[in-house]
Amino acid sequence: MNLAYRDVRHSLGRFIVTCLGLSLLLGVVLAMIGIYRGLIADALELVETIDAQIWIVEDGKRGPFAESSRIPLDTKDAVARIPGVVATGAVTFQSVETQYGQSKRRMYVIGYQPGQLGGPKHIISGRGLTGRNFEAVVDHRTRLGVGNQIQLGRNTYSIVGVTKNAVSSGGEPAIYLSLDDAQKMQFDLSPPATRRERARGTAIASSGSTVSAVVARISPNASAEHIVQTIRRWKHFSAMTEEDQGKILLQSVVEKARKQIGMFTAILIMVSAVIIALIIHTMTMDKIREIATLKLIGAPDRVIVALIVQQALSMGLISFGLGGVLIFNIQNVFPKRLILQPTDGLGLAGVVVIICLLASVYGVFTALKVDPAKALAG
Amino acid sequence: MTQAPTTLISPDPLISIRDLSKHFGEGSARVDALRSVSLDIFPEQVIGLLGPSGSGKSTLLNVIGCILEPNSGRMELDGESVYDGHWLRPNLRQLRLEKIGFIFQAHNLMPFLSSIDNVALVLDLAGYNAIEARKRAAELLDYLEVGNRADAMPASLSGGEAQRVAIARALANKPRIVLADEPTAALDSERAGIVMDLLRKLAIDQKAAVIVVTHDEKIYDRLDYIYQLRDGVLDIESQEDS
Repeated sequence: MNLAYRDVRHSLGRFIVTCLGLSLLLGVVLAMIGIYRGLIADALELVETIDAQIWIVEDGKRGPFAESSRIPLDTKDAVARIPGVVATGAVTFQSVETQYGQSKRRMYVIGYQPGQLGGPKHIISGRGLTGRNFEAVVDHRTRLGVGNQIQLGRNTYSIVGVTKNAVSSGGEPAIYLSLDDAQKMQFDLSPPATRRERARGTAIASSGSTVSAVVARISPNASAEHIVQTIRRWKHFSAMTEEDQGKILLQSVVEKARKQIGMFTAILIMVSAVIIALIIHTMTMDKIREIATLKLIGAPDRVIVALIVQQALSMGLISFGLGGVLIFNIQNVFPKRLILQPTDGLGLAGVVVIICLLASVYGVFTALKVDPAKALAG
Repeated sequence: MTQAPTTLISPDPLISIRDLSKHFGEGSARVDALRSVSLDIFPEQVIGLLGPSGSGKSTLLNVIGCILEPNSGRMELDGESVYDGHWLRPNLRQLRLEKIGFIFQAHNLMPFLSSIDNVALVLDLAGYNAIEARKRAAELLDYLEVGNRADAMPASLSGGEAQRVAIARALANKPRIVLADEPTAALDSERAGIVMDLLRKLAIDQKAAVIVVTHDEKIYDRLDYIYQLRDGVLDIESQEDS
C-alpha cells in the first residue's frame, strides 16, 4: 500500500497548489540557466556568423568587441596578399538607438562590403545587400520585415532582407549596412556640427578611411597561427584567431554577466532547497499524529521514510516538469535569448532529486523522532 | 500482587507484570508514576483501568504497549518475557504489530485511507498480500457491522462508525492483547454499550485480554474487573461478575 500516493490523492488540491508555487521557482531556475546559455551563445554568435579564421585589429587592442579599434581600410589589401589567405573583408561595428514607430530600438550596426567577408550567414527572407546605398538586412529580432524603412543617423534605410541569430554580445539584434553607409553613419557630422568644426578650423575626417577590423579566411592547408604571427610581426597590427576572439568575448565581454547569472542561479537553487525542505517539514508536521499512530501499530521506519521521501520526490519532479513546460512555452517572450538544452534540463532534474532527498532528511529526522505515545494523547 | 483471581479460563496470563516501577526526573523533581505494580490479566478478560489525571494510567498503558521503558520489574506478554530490567526484544514495533492492538479515544484512523484500507494497512505491514489483506479487512468490517462503510473515508464516518473501524484495525492482526484508551469517551450510552459488547465479543472469540482505560461510568458494569491507580499504586477496586 503506497501511503505517499494515498496521502497526495487525499489532499490533491493542496498538493497541486504547492507544486504550482514550486514550479514557478524551478521555472525561474531553468530560465536562469537558459539565459546563461543564451548569453554565451549571443556572445559568440557574431564571431561564428562572420565565419573568419583571422581577425586583425588596431595594434595593442583586443578586438572590435572587447575594445574599440580603428585600422586603415587598405589593411584588407595587405592581408589579402599574405600566402594562405583566400578571402578578406573589412567590417565596422557600432551600437545605435533609433526611433521606429512609437518605440525606441537598440541595434548593432555591422558595416561590410557586400560580396566579401563580414555579411550575414543566412538570409531567411528577401535578399542580401548588393552594394546599393541605403539598404539594410536586419536580424529577425528587430521585428522589422522586408519593405520596412528605418531612420539611422541622418538617413533612411530600406530593409531588403532578414537574417537570424545575428546579435551583439549584449543581445542587440544586428542590422547590416554596406561599409560605405556604416562609415558615413559613424563618422559624418550633422550640418550644424560640420559648420561648427569648420569655424574652429578643425579638419573634417574622411569617413571612408578606417574600419573596426579586417577579417580573413584562410585555405585549409594554411596555419592560422603562422599567419597571425606574420601579421603581428610585419604589419604591426593585433591579430588573433577565431578561437582567440571567442575566448576574449567570453573572458572579457561577458565574464561578469556570466558570473552574475551563475551566482544568481546557485542562490536560486539554494533558495529552492530551503523552500522544499520547509514544505516537506510542514507536510511532516501536519502528519505527526498519523506518523505516531503508524509507529504505534508497528510500522517500520522504512514505511515512514518512504511516505516522506516519495512525497518529496514526486513534489519536486512534478514541480520541475510544470516549471519546464512553462518556461519552454514562454521562452520567446523573454527580451534576451533563452537556450534550453536537454542536458541542462536533465542536470537540473538531477539537482532537484538531490535537493528533494536532502530536504527530506529534515522531515525524516522529525518523523523518526516522533514519540508513538503521541498517538495515545487525547 | 494485584490479580483477578476467580474467573480464570486459562492458567496462563496474557499479561503478567511483576514489581514494575517507572519514575520521571531525579532528586527533588522525581515523580513516581508507577510504584511496584504487579498485575495478571487472563484471556477473555475485559478489565478497566481507572484513576485521576496523573495517577499513572497512561504510563501503565504505555509500558504494557511497549512504548515506554520502565525502570525496574518484569513483564510477560502472551507468554513471552519482554522486559526484565531491560527490553528483551530489539524490535518493539514488531512486537506491537504481532501481539498488541490499540484502540484510541480519537480513533486515529489515517485520514487519507478508506475504512477498508485503514484495516488492511495493519495486515499489509504484517506481510499479507494485498488481496488477502483486503479480504480479511472486509470480513472484520462485516463482523463489526460497518461493512457497508468499507469505502468511506474517515471524515465521512460517524463517531460510532469510526470507532468500529478503529476496533477492526486493532483486531486485524489477531492480537492477543488489546489496549483501549477511552474508547467510549466520544460516544453516547447506546453506542458506548455497543463498543463494549464488541470488545467483549472479541475477547471471547480471539481469547484475548482487553484493558480499557476509562472514566466512563456507564461502561463499568461491562468490565470484569476494575483497577484503580492512585499515585502509581495499583489496587483492585471492584470485581464484577460477568
